[in-house]
Amino acid sequence: MTGANNFSVSGYGPERASWTRIFARDSVARRLDWPILLSAVALSLIGSALVYSATRNRTEINQGDPYYFLIRHLMNAGIGFGLMVGTIWLGHRTLRTAVPILYGASVFLMLLVLTPLGDTINGQRNWLAAGGVSLQPAEFAKITIILGMAMLLASRVDAGDRQHPDHRTVLQALGLAAVPMLVVLLMPDLGTIMVAVIIVLGVLLASGASNRWVFGLLGAGVLGAVSVWRLHILDEYQINRFAAFANPALDPAGVGYNTNQARIAIGSGGLTGTGLFHGSQTTGQFVPEQQTDFVFTVAGEELGFAGAGLILLLLAVILWRACRIARETTELYGTIVAAGIIAWFAFQSFENVGMTLGIMPVAGLPLPFVSYGGSSMFAVWVAIGLLQSIRVQRPMSA
Amino acid sequence: MTNIPETGRTPRVQIRLVVLQILVLSLLLTLGGRLWYLQIRNGAEYAKEASGNHVQQVVSPAVRGSILDARGVPIADNETRLVVSASRTDLMKMPDDGKAVLAKLAGVLGMKASDVTEKVRLCDAKTPQPCWNGSPYQPIPITDEATPKQALQIRERSEDFPGITAEPEAVRRYAGPGGSNTAQVLGYLSPVTDAEIEKAKDTSSPYLRSDQVGRSGLERTYDKELRGKAGVTRYEVDNLGRVIGRAKSDKAETGASVVTSIDARVQRVAEYQLNEAMKAARQQYDKITEENYKADSGAVVVMEAKTGRVVSMASAPTYDPNVWIGGISAKDYKQLTGKGSDYPLLNRAIQGQSAPGSTFKVISTAAAAEAGYKWDGGYPCTSSYSVGNQVFKNFEGENFGPISLGRALEVSCDTVFYGLADREWKKDGGINPKGTPKDYFYKAAHQFGLGKTTGVDLPNEVTGRVPDRQWKQRFWKSNKDSWCKTGKKNGSYVEKIAYENCLEGNKMREGDSINYSIGQGDTLLTPIQEAMIYGALANGGTEYVPTIGKAIISADGKTVKEVKPQVKAKLPITKATLKGMNEALAGVVTRGTAAWKFGGWPQDKIALHAKTGTAEVYGKQTTSWLATYSKDYTVIMTISQAGTGSGASGEAVRNIYNALYGVSADGTIDKKKALLPTPLKSLPKIQADGSIDAAKISDDPVKDLQAGETDKSGTTDQQPTAATTPSPTASNRNTRRRTARPKRRRRLFT
Repeated sequence: MTGANNFSVSGYGPERASWTRIFARDSVARRLDWPILLSAVALSLIGSALVYSATRNRTEINQGDPYYFLIRHLMNAGIGFGLMVGTIWLGHRTLRTAVPILYGASVFLMLLVLTPLGDTINGQRNWLAAGGVSLQPAEFAKITIILGMAMLLASRVDAGDRQHPDHRTVLQALGLAAVPMLVVLLMPDLGTIMVAVIIVLGVLLASGASNRWVFGLLGAGVLGAVSVWRLHILDEYQINRFAAFANPALDPAGVGYNTNQARIAIGSGGLTGTGLFHGSQTTGQFVPEQQTDFVFTVAGEELGFAGAGLILLLLAVILWRACRIARETTELYGTIVAAGIIAWFAFQSFENVGMTLGIMPVAGLPLPFVSYGGSSMFAVWVAIGLLQSIRVQRPMSA
Repeated sequence: MTNIPETGRTPRVQIRLVVLQILVLSLLLTLGGRLWYLQIRNGAEYAKEASGNHVQQVVSPAVRGSILDARGVPIADNETRLVVSASRTDLMKMPDDGKAVLAKLAGVLGMKASDVTEKVRLCDAKTPQPCWNGSPYQPIPITDEATPKQALQIRERSEDFPGITAEPEAVRRYAGPGGSNTAQVLGYLSPVTDAEIEKAKDTSSPYLRSDQVGRSGLERTYDKELRGKAGVTRYEVDNLGRVIGRAKSDKAETGASVVTSIDARVQRVAEYQLNEAMKAARQQYDKITEENYKADSGAVVVMEAKTGRVVSMASAPTYDPNVWIGGISAKDYKQLTGKGSDYPLLNRAIQGQSAPGSTFKVISTAAAAEAGYKWDGGYPCTSSYSVGNQVFKNFEGENFGPISLGRALEVSCDTVFYGLADREWKKDGGINPKGTPKDYFYKAAHQFGLGKTTGVDLPNEVTGRVPDRQWKQRFWKSNKDSWCKTGKKNGSYVEKIAYENCLEGNKMREGDSINYSIGQGDTLLTPIQEAMIYGALANGGTEYVPTIGKAIISADGKTVKEVKPQVKAKLPITKATLKGMNEALAGVVTRGTAAWKFGGWPQDKIALHAKTGTAEVYGKQTTSWLATYSKDYTVIMTISQAGTGSGASGEAVRNIYNALYGVSADGTIDKKKALLPTPLKSLPKIQADGSIDAAKISDDPVKDLQAGETDKSGTTDQQPTAATTPSPTASNRNTRRRTARPKRRRRLFT
């Protein structure tokens, strides 16, 4: 109703300057969720400073150019921003129709990783390198799982056929998620598996599927974890990485060392930190993979509680606003997509920061927007695009 | 928006979304809490761990400051030696524990391979010396006497000698300028102990493991100033130990130099004269013990009378302070401190105490004047003084009739002082005084600063002793059990003494006070105390704290901290008494007990004052004392078991004055030859680069003086004897004391 009124007013109104049109009532720009957007931009910028601090002296990886990672991080963020704009422009509903293509493409890319085209880093075969560009298809799989499951679970509810998705639909959705997850398991990429499981849980929760499914899946997850442990499906190094966060002595030269150094770096930051580029732990390269998985330690050491806390606060803003978007959108499809993104961001942030703080096992997961890494950066910006699209398109379905 | 859009969702989804939101929020709160815990609550701890993580310390020891004489001549400084050291940590990394490298090193140094390996092995219960008992992380010195060629060989082929360094290092040296020795005054260094490192850890001057610490003498008193500050360079290293930056660098600060008031030339003269006097005394025959004097130890102090600054201080027997350098060997150490040794480490000028004999009479004279006895009163100087059945004799029955206090001091008449002390003892109530006794004679000793240290800037000074009532009470308390056990009324001499002491050793007996008045009995003084007392007589009645350190000058010469003369006490005597005493003590030189040694002295130009003393020591030969002063200097010499004060030390002390004032044997004064006609006020200059503007010093000032003497008179060793004064007989003893009951004596130089 309100939309129609506004439409008529603007239709007969005088010509307006283009910028006023952009910010006109009910325009896309006015309806964007600005706190989310600004937080994501801020996190990307903070991330670029941290990545720069962590890599400017690492001549063995930055090819002699101290700005190598800084430039690429900013480029990635820029491309990500573009992807977000594209996503908003397309709209999540358009993407809904494209889900089968996207799903097929991402599963195909992930399978490619397992072929000789894939690269192995840190014992994980999760990289696809072609023509100087490397991709981690698993990052995009997170999005396709969310979109695919949401499409299946919401279709009959949004059509008004049912109040909640029935068992068959849930089974179909789980099956859809299981395929890429199996491929990830083959890589094997423990971190992504964990995120995928959480995403599936979040999606089921938001879809209104029966409690039995939710708790059943939780139980299955625990059972799966125990059996993975018992049946030695995981490699030794993965188990050690997993347990060493609590007991560094299990792997004193590896994960134990990492977590210990990470904790020292963060702890030594104190309230205000040592100042950017002045962290001895960072300068001395005591923390491994500091530009990616352990980027939070740079913030902890050099920016202190104030800076690291700010990162957590910005993440909280995004998640908080995302929850609002999930609650306020009128169609279940949007709700499920938003909830999937919330579960994804929340768990991935918690796991990433938690492992640097020594309260979570070490798993190779990037911190959204902050960690260096193109695929991850693109994926999280696309997710922001989806959230914005859900919010922007909300009234039209009313 | 005018209305809330219809969500069309079931409450189930709505509730679940709220649950999701709460879950998300609690996850973030968990992270925030943990972050606070690590950064705020435990932040300091982690910061410490982080700094330990990436900082490596390299310590460079500071060069120890020099000890200079008054004219800037170094009496303790450093020389550069090439020290070859081995790093155990590096050697242990090699497959053969560095054996091959050490064998090669032994070849270069011309040492036996086994000697080298023994030096680097760590000491433990099973390992005999030689072994290394320092930190295994510290380079272990193999030799400090490498030649430049050897050092060059090692440094040029460093790849052949991993873990071996050849570096020039500053090593302490006691230069002994002009043939002086100054051993006990300088003291010595030895390596720091674990306990000391621990104790000094959080102070402003912590020790390094490689530090040497002053253990005695000036090295100890001024250790903190001399030591300087070790340089610490903190390197930031990365996770592989590569140096990525220099975090903080404190340059080593060379220790400050201590300028002393010692004049190395006068010191040499004093040491030489003390030694000569002792040698001469050993040629003298002692009629009482019927053997030659032993002259086993002695001390001499030359002090500026108006400031308390010590110009020279010598103690005999002595030793070469350089034995301490590079670590003293067990054999040398035993020789210096073992039971068979003559304890040359003792500085007998401050640690040797003995009965002062007649030199104490200046205090008795002051006490008498204070007690109201007239200066010119006629006090009977009889040949003996009787108390009950005891007879206290004057020397050889000398009898001067009634004389003044001054004359009594001049001729050292014992009986005058016996009488005065006895009268005071009776006035105070005898053996059982009622009320508070006046104790003039004891009070005077305390007022003169006796019975406690002078406060000279040397460690372990002894107090001497004033045997007053309090002391007698204390001493009796701690000894009465053994006295009462061993004492016998009719036993041997020692048993009889013990018996008496058991009965009334806590009381001031008549004989005690009589003995005390002439510096015998339980009274003990140190040479430095005598110097302080006689210095005060010279300067008009002010006692100064004796000092050796004159100034502390920083290594760059910029900051100078002067040690100002410090007044210790004013003598408790009137101007008139002081004048009388000065006249009397001058008389000792011109016509009294010291006159036979000072014939021909230009008394009209350089007035000398003296008091001789001869103290009896039970079971030993007498201790000789000679206390003298001029307008500017006090010279005190004492020799144990050497006879009379004038006989043993007269010539030596005169020769010291000769050197100070440039006086020849015949009494003519040659100002050019005077080493120090007036005390030196100025301080030597130290340049910003650390070089010292030192005065020149010849190889041996004693030889210079003797050479001059030969040129002039053409004779040597001819002792001038003045015609005006009778030369006393060889048995002359200016102080005598005969009692029917000799008392227990303290052992000399305990």
